[in-house]
Amino acid sequence: MVRETYIRELERLQGELLAMGSMVENALVESVQLLKRQDLEGARRLVAGDYLINQKRFAIEADVLVLIATQQPMAGDLRVLAAILEIVTELERMGDYAKGIARIALMIGKQPLIKPLVDLPRMAEKARDMLHQSLDAFMRRDIELARAIPAQDEEVDALYNQVYRELLTYIMADPRTLDQATHLLWVAHNLERTADRVTNICERVVFMVTGEMAEMDTENAGVESIA
Amino acid sequence: MAKIIAERLNFYYGDFRALADISMHIEEYQITALIGPSGCGKSTFLRCLDRMNDTIPGTRVEGKVWLDGQDIYAPGTDVVDLRRRVGMVFQRPNPFPQTVFDNVAFGPRVLGLHKKENLADIVEASLRGAALWDEVKDNLKQDALSLSLGQQQRLCIARAIAVRPEVILMDEPCSALDPIDTLEIEELMRRLKVDYTIVIVTHNMQQAARVSDWTGFFWLGRLVEFAATQDMFTKPTHELTESYITGRAG
Repeated sequence: MVRETYIRELERLQGELLAMGSMVENALVESVQLLKRQDLEGARRLVAGDYLINQKRFAIEADVLVLIATQQPMAGDLRVLAAILEIVTELERMGDYAKGIARIALMIGKQPLIKPLVDLPRMAEKARDMLHQSLDAFMRRDIELARAIPAQDEEVDALYNQVYRELLTYIMADPRTLDQATHLLWVAHNLERTADRVTNICERVVFMVTGEMAEMDTENAGVESIA
Repeated sequence: MAKIIAERLNFYYGDFRALADISMHIEEYQITALIGPSGCGKSTFLRCLDRMNDTIPGTRVEGKVWLDGQDIYAPGTDVVDLRRRVGMVFQRPNPFPQTVFDNVAFGPRVLGLHKKENLADIVEASLRGAALWDEVKDNLKQDALSLSLGQQQRLCIARAIAVRPEVILMDEPCSALDPIDTLEIEELMRRLKVDYTIVIVTHNMQQAARVSDWTGFFWLGRLVEFAATQDMFTKPTHELTESYITGRAG
């Protein structure tokens, strides 16, 4: 094979992307678990740890630029690198969402939760699952899978609507819950946006494989309110 | 609009079929790049477009090449006039061992253009057209071989355009040049395409990507893919093209 070093570097970068994806997946689920357990020490650690995700993003981005500048990739290789640049940006923002949830955990502190957290962890699990599948589709160049994933966003949207309605009833029943209920709604919003960003990754996977740029966004079809 | 149309063109060196059924439309006032590994037939195809291959003994052509709707291989074609209309620039700059002025004036003198127009005007316009005028205007009597390689190649381009061709064929015009001279020639090509149809053979894929509007990929004497350059280098249709331009084959 010609250009072995270059191809090895391309493969290494894809591995790095996957590693960054794992960091984000863990942060997402962990952030909601910390909130549920009211683990403030863990929340502080997660907020601080977001730095590592950002560093990873910058490192991958820098390596992609070096590869473009020195190796002049073309065609499919160029699309892989363009997709990586786009996907690391999405992952970095998802990392910020997880950090935002950990910050909310710190804001709520040790005050009693107004409701048991059941749907929020489910949303986090589902968003994590979708992200995992999208990265799997990236590594396998599986456009069937990439095209199928965005439909799962409906489940996340449905959970979001459920959380939203439930929190409204708490606020109406006792306005003193307003503060915490708003914070919890932000958590739901962050998770809902995470799932939306998975759709962007899926679009990039299809582009990377086919060269076609097509929008898959379900346009928050199932979300009733502010999102 | 297509300036040149190749239609099921086959070319043989003796029994060896160097080109197999090449059909291609070369658009007017556009730059068409031909890429592919050594021996794939791209230069042979280029030389079919001005019948330069006629001079090689034991060769044979089948098929048609239409220039503005006229088959250049039809009996009775005036090959001298064909080569005036379709000029060529070669891999290594090949100025004549004469002055800069005489190099550019050579074609117009042979064709008798100087009887109708002022030769000095033709020379100046051609040197300006080749972006060389400012560098040589104060010493048009200097020996062409005293110019740098990049200047010599631009002089050859000036010599080619002095006879007012419609098409310029370039066979690896930058392979003997340094990067700066190369970029100058590429810039010049972009300016020239306003007035001329350009076909360039290049080993340098980045050059094809930078400079051309259309790209044809040759492999073992066949035209595997022909497409708009921006599509060719971002999403080629054929797997073989993809393998070649990403450095996995060839």
